[in-house]
Amino acid sequence: MARLGDVAVKVRSKNAGPFWVTIDIFCGSAKAFDRVRAAITAERAAEVLQTPTQTLKRFEIPDLKVVKLSIPRPAVQGTVADRDMHGAALGALMAEVEI
Amino acid sequence: MTRVLVPSGALGLGYDREALDRGIAARPDIIAIDGGSTDSGPHYLGTGTSKYSRASTRIEWAGLMEARARAGCPLVIGTAGTCGADSAVDWLVDITREIAAERGEAVKVAVLKSGQIAGDVAAAWQAGRVTPLEVAPEVDATTFAGCTNIVALAGAEQVQAALATGADIVIAGRTTDTAIISALPLQNGDHAGGAWHGAKIGECGALCATNPQSGVILIEFDADGFTVHPMADGARATPHTVSAHMLYENSDPFILYEPGGHLDVTGAGYTALDDTRVRVEGSVWHPSDRYTVKLEGARQAGFQVVSLVTVRDAHYVANIDRWVADIAAKCRAKAEARLGTDDFGIELRVIGRDATLGALEHAAGTAHEVGVLAIVTAPDAALAGEIAKMLNPYLLHYPLTAEEEVPTFAFPFSPPEMSRGMVYEFCLNHVMTLDHPMDAFRLDVVEVG
Repeated sequence: MARLGDVAVKVRSKNAGPFWVTIDIFCGSAKAFDRVRAAITAERAAEVLQTPTQTLKRFEIPDLKVVKLSIPRPAVQGTVADRDMHGAALGALMAEVEI
Repeated sequence: MTRVLVPSGALGLGYDREALDRGIAARPDIIAIDGGSTDSGPHYLGTGTSKYSRASTRIEWAGLMEARARAGCPLVIGTAGTCGADSAVDWLVDITREIAAERGEAVKVAVLKSGQIAGDVAAAWQAGRVTPLEVAPEVDATTFAGCTNIVALAGAEQVQAALATGADIVIAGRTTDTAIISALPLQNGDHAGGAWHGAKIGECGALCATNPQSGVILIEFDADGFTVHPMADGARATPHTVSAHMLYENSDPFILYEPGGHLDVTGAGYTALDDTRVRVEGSVWHPSDRYTVKLEGARQAGFQVVSLVTVRDAHYVANIDRWVADIAAKCRAKAEARLGTDDFGIELRVIGRDATLGALEHAAGTAHEVGVLAIVTAPDAALAGEIAKMLNPYLLHYPLTAEEEVPTFAFPFSPPEMSRGMVYEFCLNHVMTLDHPMDAFRLDVVEVG
Protein backbone atom coordinates (compact mmCIF):
# COMPACT_ATOMS: atom_id res chain seq x y z
CA MET A 1 0.00 0.00 0.00
CA ALA A 2 1.09 3.54 -0.74
CA ARG A 3 -0.59 6.90 -0.85
CA LEU A 4 -1.75 8.07 -4.28
CA GLY A 5 0.30 11.24 -3.85
CA ASP A 6 3.47 9.13 -3.42
CA VAL A 7 2.79 7.06 -6.54
CA ALA A 8 1.69 9.95 -8.79
CA VAL A 9 3.86 12.93 -9.74
CA LYS A 10 1.11 15.46 -9.04
CA VAL A 11 -2.51 15.46 -7.91
CA ARG A 12 -4.32 18.77 -8.36
CA SER A 13 -7.88 20.03 -8.27
CA LYS A 14 -9.60 23.13 -9.58
CA ASN A 15 -13.02 24.46 -10.45
CA ALA A 16 -14.31 23.66 -13.90
CA GLY A 17 -16.85 26.47 -13.80
CA PRO A 18 -18.97 27.24 -10.71
CA PHE A 19 -20.82 23.92 -10.78
CA TRP A 20 -18.06 21.35 -11.36
CA VAL A 21 -14.68 20.55 -9.88
CA THR A 22 -12.03 18.49 -11.64
CA ILE A 23 -9.11 16.46 -10.27
CA ASP A 24 -6.08 15.66 -12.42
CA ILE A 25 -3.78 12.81 -11.39
CA PHE A 26 -0.48 13.05 -13.28
CA CYS A 27 1.12 9.62 -12.96
CA GLY A 28 4.46 10.32 -14.65
CA SER A 29 5.29 6.77 -15.76
CA ALA A 30 3.46 3.95 -17.53
CA LYS A 31 3.90 1.78 -14.46
CA ALA A 32 2.38 4.37 -12.12
CA PHE A 33 -0.40 5.04 -14.64
CA ASP A 34 -1.34 1.35 -14.73
CA ARG A 35 -1.33 1.17 -10.96
CA VAL A 36 -3.41 4.33 -10.53
CA ARG A 37 -5.99 3.49 -13.15
CA ALA A 38 -6.52 0.07 -11.60
CA ALA A 39 -6.85 1.52 -8.08
CA ILE A 40 -8.79 4.71 -8.70
CA THR A 41 -11.95 3.29 -10.19
CA ALA A 42 -15.05 5.45 -10.52
CA GLU A 43 -16.52 3.62 -7.52
CA ARG A 44 -13.46 4.21 -5.34
CA ALA A 45 -13.29 7.88 -6.28
CA ALA A 46 -17.02 8.33 -5.66
CA GLU A 47 -16.60 6.82 -2.21
CA VAL A 48 -13.73 9.14 -1.26
CA LEU A 49 -15.47 12.18 -2.71
CA GLN A 50 -18.89 11.16 -1.32
CA THR A 51 -20.54 11.76 -4.66
CA PRO A 52 -22.88 9.61 -6.81
CA THR A 53 -21.08 7.50 -9.41
CA GLN A 54 -23.76 8.45 -11.95
CA THR A 55 -22.52 12.03 -12.17
CA LEU A 56 -18.82 11.27 -11.70
CA LYS A 57 -16.85 11.54 -14.95
CA ARG A 58 -13.64 9.57 -15.16
CA PHE A 59 -11.14 9.82 -18.01
CA GLU A 60 -7.92 7.97 -18.77
CA ILE A 61 -5.49 9.87 -20.96
CA PRO A 62 -2.67 7.43 -21.81
CA ASP A 63 -0.59 9.98 -23.78
CA LEU A 64 -0.32 12.15 -20.66
CA LYS A 65 -0.45 9.25 -18.19
CA VAL A 66 -3.27 11.07 -16.49
CA VAL A 67 -6.42 9.88 -14.73
CA LYS A 68 -8.94 12.70 -14.53
CA LEU A 69 -12.04 12.88 -12.34
CA SER A 70 -14.81 15.49 -12.61
CA ILE A 71 -17.72 15.79 -10.19
CA PRO A 72 -20.49 18.27 -9.46
CA ARG A 73 -19.13 20.53 -6.72
CA PRO A 74 -20.00 19.42 -3.16
CA ALA A 75 -21.45 22.94 -2.80
CA VAL A 76 -21.93 25.32 -5.73
CA GLN A 77 -19.03 27.76 -5.83
CA GLY A 78 -19.49 30.73 -3.52
CA THR A 79 -22.74 29.62 -1.91
CA VAL A 80 -23.02 29.99 1.85
CA ALA A 81 -22.22 26.28 2.20
CA ASP A 82 -19.06 26.43 0.04
CA ARG A 83 -15.76 26.05 1.90
CA ASP A 84 -13.28 26.15 -0.96
CA MET A 85 -13.88 28.89 -3.55
CA HIS A 86 -11.48 27.50 -6.18
CA GLY A 87 -11.98 23.79 -5.54
CA ALA A 88 -8.35 23.64 -4.48
CA ALA A 89 -8.40 21.04 -1.71
CA LEU A 90 -9.92 17.93 -3.29
CA GLY A 91 -6.55 17.15 -4.88
CA ALA A 92 -4.96 16.98 -1.44
CA LEU A 93 -7.76 14.69 -0.27
CA MET A 94 -7.30 12.31 -3.20
CA ALA A 95 -3.51 12.34 -2.80
CA GLU A 96 -3.93 10.81 0.67
CA VAL A 97 -5.94 7.83 -0.58
CA GLU A 98 -4.18 4.49 0.03
CA ILE A 99 -3.76 2.42 -3.13
CA MET B 1 -1.92 32.31 -41.40
CA THR B 2 -3.08 34.32 -38.41
CA ARG B 3 -0.77 35.24 -35.54
CA VAL B 4 -2.44 35.84 -32.18
CA LEU B 5 -0.36 37.27 -29.35
CA VAL B 6 -1.65 36.48 -25.84
CA PRO B 7 0.15 38.61 -23.20
CA SER B 8 -1.09 36.68 -20.17
CA GLY B 9 -3.92 34.60 -18.75
CA ALA B 10 -5.74 37.69 -17.49
CA LEU B 11 -5.29 41.43 -17.40
CA GLY B 12 -4.14 42.17 -13.86
CA LEU B 13 -1.93 39.10 -13.51
CA GLY B 14 1.09 40.84 -15.03
CA TYR B 15 3.21 39.95 -18.07
CA ASP B 16 6.89 39.88 -18.99
CA ARG B 17 7.69 43.13 -20.85
CA GLU B 18 10.64 41.70 -22.77
CA ALA B 19 8.55 38.74 -23.87
CA LEU B 20 5.79 41.11 -24.98
CA ASP B 21 8.33 43.08 -27.04
CA ARG B 22 9.49 39.84 -28.63
CA GLY B 23 5.87 39.05 -29.45
CA ILE B 24 5.38 42.46 -31.08
CA ALA B 25 8.54 41.90 -33.15
CA ALA B 26 6.92 38.69 -34.46
CA ARG B 27 4.27 40.93 -36.14
CA PRO B 28 1.01 39.65 -34.61
CA ASP B 29 -2.30 40.15 -36.42
CA ILE B 30 -4.11 40.70 -33.13
CA ILE B 31 -3.35 40.93 -29.40
CA ALA B 32 -5.94 39.11 -27.29
CA ILE B 33 -6.25 38.99 -23.52
CA ASP B 34 -8.84 37.69 -21.12
CA GLY B 35 -10.20 40.02 -18.45
CA GLY B 36 -11.74 37.56 -16.06
CA SER B 37 -13.73 34.43 -15.33
CA THR B 38 -16.15 33.05 -12.76
CA ASP B 39 -13.27 31.46 -10.91
CA SER B 40 -13.06 34.01 -8.12
CA GLY B 41 -16.66 33.55 -7.14
CA PRO B 42 -20.09 35.14 -7.57
CA HIS B 43 -19.32 38.45 -5.81
CA TYR B 44 -17.89 40.05 -8.96
CA LEU B 45 -20.82 39.24 -11.24
CA GLY B 46 -23.22 39.97 -8.39
CA THR B 47 -21.80 43.46 -7.95
CA GLY B 48 -20.59 44.04 -11.53
CA THR B 49 -17.08 44.86 -10.31
CA SER B 50 -13.48 43.86 -10.97
CA LYS B 51 -11.39 41.59 -8.80
CA TYR B 52 -8.11 43.22 -9.76
CA SER B 53 -6.74 46.52 -8.55
CA ARG B 54 -7.61 49.51 -10.75
CA ALA B 55 -3.99 50.72 -10.59
CA SER B 56 -2.62 47.34 -11.75
CA THR B 57 -5.23 47.08 -14.47
CA ARG B 58 -4.44 50.62 -15.66
CA ILE B 59 -0.67 50.04 -15.79
CA GLU B 60 -0.98 46.70 -17.61
CA TRP B 61 -3.64 47.99 -20.02
CA ALA B 62 -1.53 51.08 -20.80
CA GLY B 63 1.36 48.74 -21.64
CA LEU B 64 -0.84 46.77 -24.00
CA MET B 65 -2.26 49.92 -25.63
CA GLU B 66 1.28 51.12 -26.26
CA ALA B 67 2.28 47.71 -27.66
CA ARG B 68 -0.82 47.70 -29.89
CA ALA B 69 0.08 51.10 -31.33
CA ARG B 70 3.55 49.81 -32.14
CA ALA B 71 2.21 46.58 -33.67
CA GLY B 72 -0.48 48.39 -35.65
CA CYS B 73 -2.98 45.60 -35.03
CA PRO B 74 -6.21 45.35 -33.00
CA LEU B 75 -6.18 44.70 -29.25
CA VAL B 76 -9.12 42.75 -27.85
CA ILE B 77 -10.09 42.01 -24.27
CA GLY B 78 -12.88 39.60 -23.31
CA THR B 79 -14.78 39.41 -20.01
CA ALA B 80 -13.61 42.91 -19.09
CA GLY B 81 -13.46 43.73 -15.39
CA THR B 82 -13.48 40.10 -14.16
CA CYS B 83 -17.20 39.43 -14.69
CA GLY B 84 -17.98 41.05 -18.04
CA ALA B 85 -21.10 42.82 -16.74
CA ASP B 86 -21.93 46.14 -18.43
CA SER B 87 -20.69 48.17 -15.43
CA ALA B 88 -17.34 46.35 -15.55
CA VAL B 89 -17.05 47.09 -19.27
CA ASP B 90 -17.74 50.79 -18.58
CA TRP B 91 -15.03 50.70 -15.90
CA LEU B 92 -12.44 49.54 -18.42
CA VAL B 93 -13.69 51.99 -21.07
CA ASP B 94 -13.11 54.79 -18.52
CA ILE B 95 -9.59 53.55 -17.87
CA THR B 96 -9.00 53.40 -21.63
CA ARG B 97 -10.16 57.04 -22.01
CA GLU B 98 -7.73 58.16 -19.28
CA ILE B 99 -4.80 56.35 -20.87
CA ALA B 100 -5.61 57.56 -24.39
CA ALA B 101 -5.87 61.15 -23.15
CA GLU B 102 -2.54 60.83 -21.33
CA ARG B 103 -0.84 59.35 -24.37
CA GLY B 104 -2.44 61.88 -26.69
CA GLU B 105 -3.54 58.98 -28.85
CA ALA B 106 -6.83 58.92 -30.78
CA VAL B 107 -8.21 55.40 -30.54
CA LYS B 108 -11.32 53.83 -32.00
CA VAL B 109 -12.88 51.48 -29.43
CA ALA B 110 -15.59 48.91 -30.15
CA VAL B 111 -17.58 48.15 -27.00
CA LEU B 112 -19.39 44.81 -26.97
CA LYS B 113 -21.85 44.38 -24.12
CA SER B 114 -23.12 41.03 -22.85
CA GLY B 115 -25.48 42.16 -20.06
CA GLN B 116 -29.01 40.79 -20.32
CA ILE B 117 -32.36 42.31 -19.45
CA ALA B 118 -34.02 39.95 -16.96
CA GLY B 119 -37.43 40.25 -18.63
CA ASP B 120 -36.00 39.24 -22.01
CA VAL B 121 -34.33 36.14 -20.54
CA ALA B 122 -37.52 35.26 -18.61
CA ALA B 123 -39.50 35.52 -21.87
CA ALA B 124 -36.96 33.29 -23.63
CA TRP B 125 -37.29 30.80 -20.75
CA GLN B 126 -41.10 30.86 -21.03
CA ALA B 127 -40.68 30.15 -24.76
CA GLY B 128 -38.48 27.13 -24.03
CA ARG B 129 -35.34 28.84 -25.36
CA VAL B 130 -33.41 28.74 -22.06
CA THR B 131 -32.39 25.21 -21.17
CA PRO B 132 -30.30 23.76 -18.32
CA LEU B 133 -26.80 22.35 -18.70
CA GLU B 134 -25.70 19.31 -16.71
CA VAL B 135 -25.98 20.16 -12.98
CA ALA B 136 -27.99 23.38 -13.18
CA PRO B 137 -29.84 25.13 -10.35
CA GLU B 138 -33.64 25.03 -10.46
CA VAL B 139 -35.08 28.00 -12.28
CA ASP B 140 -38.58 29.46 -12.15
CA ALA B 141 -40.27 32.55 -13.56
CA THR B 142 -38.90 34.73 -10.72
CA THR B 143 -35.26 33.62 -10.94
CA PHE B 144 -34.22 36.06 -13.66
CA ALA B 145 -35.65 39.20 -12.05
CA GLY B 146 -33.92 38.10 -8.84
CA CYS B 147 -30.46 38.36 -10.42
CA THR B 148 -28.44 41.53 -9.93
CA ASN B 149 -26.62 40.73 -13.17
CA ILE B 150 -27.14 38.24 -15.98
CA VAL B 151 -24.57 37.96 -18.76
CA ALA B 152 -24.47 35.87 -21.89
CA LEU B 153 -21.13 34.49 -23.07
CA ALA B 154 -20.30 35.84 -26.50
CA GLY B 155 -18.56 33.58 -28.98
CA ALA B 156 -16.40 34.17 -32.03
CA GLU B 157 -19.23 35.71 -34.11
CA GLN B 158 -19.80 38.65 -31.77
CA VAL B 159 -16.06 39.34 -31.46
CA GLN B 160 -15.80 39.23 -35.25
CA ALA B 161 -18.63 41.78 -35.49
CA ALA B 162 -16.69 44.05 -33.14
CA LEU B 163 -13.49 43.63 -35.16
CA ALA B 164 -15.42 44.35 -38.38
CA THR B 165 -16.02 47.92 -37.18
CA GLY B 166 -12.32 48.53 -37.84
CA ALA B 167 -11.74 49.34 -34.17
CA ASP B 168 -8.23 49.61 -32.77
CA ILE B 169 -9.41 48.17 -29.47
CA VAL B 170 -12.31 45.85 -28.67
CA ILE B 171 -13.53 45.92 -25.07
CA ALA B 172 -15.93 43.03 -24.67
CA GLY B 173 -18.18 42.04 -21.81
CA ARG B 174 -18.55 38.37 -21.00
CA THR B 175 -17.14 36.18 -23.74
CA THR B 176 -15.98 32.59 -23.66
CA ASP B 177 -12.28 32.47 -22.76
CA THR B 178 -11.51 31.14 -26.22
CA ALA B 179 -13.64 33.40 -28.44
CA ILE B 180 -11.31 36.40 -28.32
CA ILE B 181 -8.47 34.21 -29.65
CA SER B 182 -10.40 32.10 -32.18
CA ALA B 183 -12.38 34.98 -33.73
CA LEU B 184 -9.75 36.30 -36.17
CA PRO B 185 -8.34 32.91 -37.29
CA LEU B 186 -11.89 31.72 -38.00
CA GLN B 187 -12.66 34.89 -39.92
CA ASN B 188 -9.48 34.40 -41.94
CA GLY B 189 -10.54 30.86 -42.86
CA ASP B 190 -7.93 29.02 -40.81
CA HIS B 191 -8.69 25.46 -39.69
CA ALA B 192 -11.78 25.65 -37.44
CA GLY B 193 -10.80 22.81 -35.10
CA GLY B 194 -7.33 24.29 -34.85
CA ALA B 195 -8.71 27.78 -34.18
CA TRP B 196 -10.78 26.67 -31.18
CA HIS B 197 -8.20 24.21 -29.89
CA GLY B 198 -5.38 26.73 -30.16
CA ALA B 199 -7.59 29.28 -28.44
CA LYS B 200 -8.19 26.92 -25.52
CA ILE B 201 -4.47 26.18 -25.27
CA GLY B 202 -3.62 29.89 -25.35
CA GLU B 203 -6.37 31.27 -23.13
CA CYS B 204 -4.24 31.16 -19.99
CA GLY B 205 -1.20 32.61 -21.75
CA ALA B 206 2.02 30.75 -20.98
CA LEU B 207 0.30 28.37 -18.56
CA CYS B 208 0.60 25.86 -21.43
CA ALA B 209 4.41 26.10 -21.33
CA THR B 210 7.30 25.98 -18.89
CA ASN B 211 7.87 29.26 -17.02
CA PRO B 212 4.10 29.94 -16.91
CA GLN B 213 4.58 33.19 -14.93
CA SER B 214 6.05 34.89 -18.02
CA GLY B 215 2.57 35.05 -19.52
CA VAL B 216 3.30 35.84 -23.14
CA ILE B 217 2.58 33.32 -25.87
CA LEU B 218 2.21 33.52 -29.66
CA ILE B 219 -0.16 31.16 -31.46
CA GLU B 220 0.13 30.80 -35.21
CA PHE B 221 -3.02 29.49 -36.88
CA ASP B 222 -3.19 28.16 -40.44
CA ALA B 223 -5.17 25.91 -42.79
CA ASP B 224 -4.16 22.69 -41.02
CA GLY B 225 -3.77 23.50 -37.32
CA PHE B 226 -1.73 25.73 -35.03
CA THR B 227 1.72 26.24 -33.54
CA VAL B 228 2.36 27.33 -29.95
CA HIS B 229 5.35 29.57 -29.37
CA PRO B 230 6.13 30.95 -25.89
CA MET B 231 7.85 34.33 -26.02
CA ALA B 232 9.72 34.52 -22.72
CA ASP B 233 13.43 33.84 -22.60
CA GLY B 234 13.89 30.20 -21.60
CA ALA B 235 10.17 29.32 -21.76
CA ARG B 236 9.45 26.12 -23.67
CA ALA B 237 6.30 24.50 -24.97
CA THR B 238 6.43 20.71 -25.15
CA PRO B 239 3.82 18.24 -26.40
CA HIS B 240 3.20 17.41 -22.73
CA THR B 241 2.77 21.01 -21.48
CA VAL B 242 0.50 21.88 -24.42
CA SER B 243 -1.72 18.80 -24.38
CA ALA B 244 -1.95 18.87 -20.57
CA HIS B 245 -3.55 22.30 -20.77
CA MET B 246 -6.73 20.70 -22.14
CA LEU B 247 -7.18 19.27 -18.64
CA TYR B 248 -7.08 22.66 -16.95
CA GLU B 249 -10.40 23.88 -15.54
CA ASN B 250 -12.18 21.54 -17.99
CA SER B 251 -14.56 18.86 -16.77
CA ASP B 252 -14.02 16.98 -20.05
CA PRO B 253 -10.46 16.92 -21.46
CA PHE B 254 -11.53 16.14 -25.03
CA ILE B 255 -14.71 18.12 -25.67
CA LEU B 256 -15.26 21.87 -25.37
CA TYR B 257 -18.68 23.43 -25.98
CA GLU B 258 -18.79 26.88 -27.53
CA PRO B 259 -21.51 29.03 -29.09
CA GLY B 260 -22.32 27.41 -32.42
CA GLY B 261 -20.77 23.99 -31.88
CA HIS B 262 -18.21 21.94 -30.05
CA LEU B 263 -14.54 21.09 -30.32
CA ASP B 264 -13.31 17.51 -30.20
CA VAL B 265 -9.57 17.05 -29.64
CA THR B 266 -9.62 13.26 -29.31
CA GLY B 267 -7.68 12.89 -32.55
CA ALA B 268 -5.26 15.78 -32.04
CA GLY B 269 -1.55 15.12 -32.49
CA TYR B 270 1.10 17.18 -30.68
CA THR B 271 4.58 17.41 -32.21
CA ALA B 272 7.68 19.25 -31.00
CA LEU B 273 8.99 21.44 -33.84
CA ASP B 274 12.11 22.32 -31.85
CA ASP B 275 12.99 22.99 -28.20
CA THR B 276 10.36 25.68 -27.73
CA ARG B 277 7.53 25.27 -30.25
CA VAL B 278 4.75 22.69 -30.56
CA ARG B 279 2.65 21.93 -33.62
CA VAL B 280 -0.92 20.66 -33.20
CA GLU B 281 -3.16 19.17 -35.89
CA GLY B 282 -6.14 16.84 -35.98
CA SER B 283 -8.70 18.58 -33.76
CA VAL B 284 -12.23 18.76 -35.14
CA TRP B 285 -14.95 21.41 -34.89
CA HIS B 286 -18.55 20.16 -35.04
CA PRO B 287 -21.07 22.93 -35.80
CA SER B 288 -24.39 22.63 -33.98
CA ASP B 289 -27.91 22.94 -35.39
CA ARG B 290 -28.93 25.59 -32.86
CA TYR B 291 -26.89 28.66 -31.96
CA THR B 292 -26.78 28.82 -28.16
CA VAL B 293 -24.97 31.07 -25.71
CA LYS B 294 -24.30 30.20 -22.09
CA LEU B 295 -25.88 32.38 -19.38
CA GLU B 296 -24.40 33.33 -16.03
CA GLY B 297 -26.41 35.00 -13.32
CA ALA B 298 -25.78 36.02 -9.73
CA ARG B 299 -28.26 36.94 -7.03
CA GLN B 300 -28.16 38.17 -3.46
CA ALA B 301 -27.97 35.50 -0.79
CA GLY B 302 -28.05 37.51 2.43
CA PHE B 303 -25.69 39.60 4.53
CA GLN B 304 -22.83 37.98 6.33
CA VAL B 305 -20.88 38.87 9.45
CA VAL B 306 -17.97 36.64 10.46
CA SER B 307 -15.89 36.35 13.63
CA LEU B 308 -12.68 34.44 14.21
CA VAL B 309 -11.60 33.10 17.59
CA THR B 310 -8.65 30.83 18.32
CA VAL B 311 -8.66 28.09 20.94
CA ARG B 312 -5.38 26.96 22.54
CA ASP B 313 -6.56 25.27 25.76
CA ALA B 314 -5.92 21.53 25.23
CA HIS B 315 -9.13 20.50 26.98
CA TYR B 316 -11.17 22.72 24.67
CA VAL B 317 -9.25 21.67 21.57
CA ALA B 318 -9.99 18.04 22.47
CA ASN B 319 -13.71 18.79 22.90
CA ILE B 320 -14.10 21.35 20.15
CA ASP B 321 -17.01 19.55 18.45
CA ARG B 322 -19.16 19.79 21.55
CA TRP B 323 -18.07 23.36 22.21
CA VAL B 324 -19.11 24.65 18.77
CA ALA B 325 -22.33 22.60 18.70
CA ASP B 326 -23.38 23.95 22.11
CA ILE B 327 -22.59 27.53 21.15
CA ALA B 328 -24.45 27.35 17.83
CA ALA B 329 -27.55 25.86 19.52
CA LYS B 330 -27.57 28.27 22.46
CA CYS B 331 -26.99 31.34 20.34
CA ARG B 332 -29.67 30.26 17.86
CA ALA B 333 -32.21 29.85 20.68
CA LYS B 334 -31.32 33.23 22.18
CA ALA B 335 -31.47 35.04 18.84
CA GLU B 336 -34.82 33.46 17.95
CA ALA B 337 -36.28 34.45 21.32
CA ARG B 338 -34.91 37.99 21.37
CA LEU B 339 -35.24 38.91 17.70
CA GLY B 340 -38.45 37.04 16.86
CA THR B 341 -37.18 35.36 13.70
CA ASP B 342 -35.57 32.08 12.71
CA ASP B 343 -34.60 33.28 9.23
CA PHE B 344 -30.82 33.25 9.71
CA GLY B 345 -27.87 30.89 9.72
CA ILE B 346 -25.10 30.35 12.28
CA GLU B 347 -22.23 28.12 11.22
CA LEU B 348 -19.04 27.49 13.19
CA ARG B 349 -16.21 25.96 11.15
CA VAL B 350 -13.24 24.50 13.00
CA ILE B 351 -10.00 25.52 11.31
CA GLY B 352 -7.37 22.87 12.06
CA ARG B 353 -9.87 20.04 11.80
CA ASP B 354 -12.25 20.11 8.82
CA ALA B 355 -12.86 23.75 7.84
CA THR B 356 -11.67 23.09 4.28
CA LEU B 357 -13.30 19.77 3.42
CA GLY B 358 -16.21 19.50 5.85
CA ALA B 359 -17.82 16.07 5.70
CA LEU B 360 -15.24 14.86 3.16
CA GLU B 361 -12.36 15.18 5.65
CA HIS B 362 -10.83 11.78 6.46
CA ALA B 363 -7.88 12.83 8.62
CA ALA B 364 -8.16 12.58 12.40
CA GLY B 365 -6.71 15.85 13.65
CA THR B 366 -4.46 16.32 16.66
CA ALA B 367 -3.81 20.03 16.27
CA HIS B 368 -2.55 21.86 19.38
CA GLU B 369 -4.76 24.82 18.53
CA VAL B 370 -7.83 25.38 16.37
CA GLY B 371 -9.51 28.40 14.91
CA VAL B 372 -13.25 28.78 14.96
CA LEU B 373 -14.66 30.73 12.04
CA ALA B 374 -18.16 31.82 13.01
CA ILE B 375 -20.36 32.76 10.07
CA VAL B 376 -23.70 34.49 10.53
CA THR B 377 -25.92 34.91 7.47
CA ALA B 378 -29.21 36.82 7.59
CA PRO B 379 -31.53 38.61 5.16
CA ASP B 380 -30.41 42.09 6.21
CA ALA B 381 -27.28 43.72 7.56
CA ALA B 382 -28.79 44.85 10.88
CA LEU B 383 -30.03 41.36 11.74
CA ALA B 384 -26.71 39.73 10.80
CA GLY B 385 -24.90 42.27 12.97
CA GLU B 386 -27.21 41.73 15.94
CA ILE B 387 -26.82 37.96 15.84
CA ALA B 388 -23.03 38.19 15.46
CA LYS B 389 -22.95 40.38 18.58
CA MET B 390 -25.10 37.88 20.49
CA LEU B 391 -22.64 35.19 19.46
CA ASN B 392 -19.63 37.02 20.81
CA PRO B 393 -20.08 36.36 24.56
CA TYR B 394 -20.24 32.64 23.84
CA LEU B 395 -17.12 32.66 21.70
CA LEU B 396 -15.33 34.64 24.38
CA HIS B 397 -16.35 32.77 27.54
CA TYR B 398 -18.43 29.62 26.88
CA PRO B 399 -17.52 26.86 29.43
CA LEU B 400 -17.82 23.15 28.61
CA THR B 401 -19.11 22.47 32.13
CA ALA B 402 -21.06 24.65 34.54
CA GLU B 403 -18.68 23.98 37.42
CA GLU B 404 -15.45 25.30 35.96
CA GLU B 405 -14.06 28.79 36.19
CA VAL B 406 -15.19 30.89 33.21
CA PRO B 407 -12.68 30.38 30.38
CA THR B 408 -11.55 33.07 27.95
CA PHE B 409 -10.55 32.49 24.34
CA ALA B 410 -8.29 34.41 22.00
CA PHE B 411 -9.59 37.03 19.55
CA PRO B 412 -7.16 38.52 17.04
CA PHE B 413 -9.27 41.67 16.55
CA SER B 414 -11.52 44.19 18.22
CA PRO B 415 -14.29 44.45 17.29
CA PRO B 416 -14.32 40.73 16.55
CA GLU B 417 -17.19 40.97 14.06
CA MET B 418 -16.21 41.54 10.44
CA SER B 419 -18.96 42.46 8.03
CA ARG B 420 -18.72 40.79 4.64
CA GLY B 421 -21.65 42.82 3.37
CA MET B 422 -24.04 41.28 0.88
CA VAL B 423 -23.11 37.81 -0.34
CA TYR B 424 -24.04 36.54 -3.77
CA GLU B 425 -24.54 33.17 -5.41
CA PHE B 426 -24.50 31.88 -8.99
CA CYS B 427 -27.99 30.79 -9.97
CA LEU B 428 -27.81 29.95 -13.68
CA ASN B 429 -26.01 27.21 -15.57
CA HIS B 430 -28.09 27.40 -18.72
CA VAL B 431 -27.88 28.12 -22.42
CA MET B 432 -30.11 30.41 -24.43
CA THR B 433 -30.96 29.77 -28.07
CA LEU B 434 -30.55 32.75 -30.42
CA ASP B 435 -31.82 33.24 -33.97
CA HIS B 436 -28.85 35.47 -34.71
CA PRO B 437 -25.58 35.65 -32.73
CA MET B 438 -25.94 39.41 -32.11
CA ASP B 439 -29.49 39.13 -30.72
CA ALA B 440 -28.38 39.11 -27.08
CA PHE B 441 -25.44 41.53 -27.48
CA ARG B 442 -24.93 45.24 -28.16
CA LEU B 443 -22.10 46.84 -30.08
CA ASP B 444 -21.09 50.51 -29.93
CA VAL B 445 -18.11 52.33 -31.33
CA VAL B 446 -16.54 55.23 -29.43
CA GLU B 447 -13.57 57.45 -30.24
CA VAL B 448 -11.34 58.23 -27.28
CA GLY B 449 -8.21 60.32 -26.77
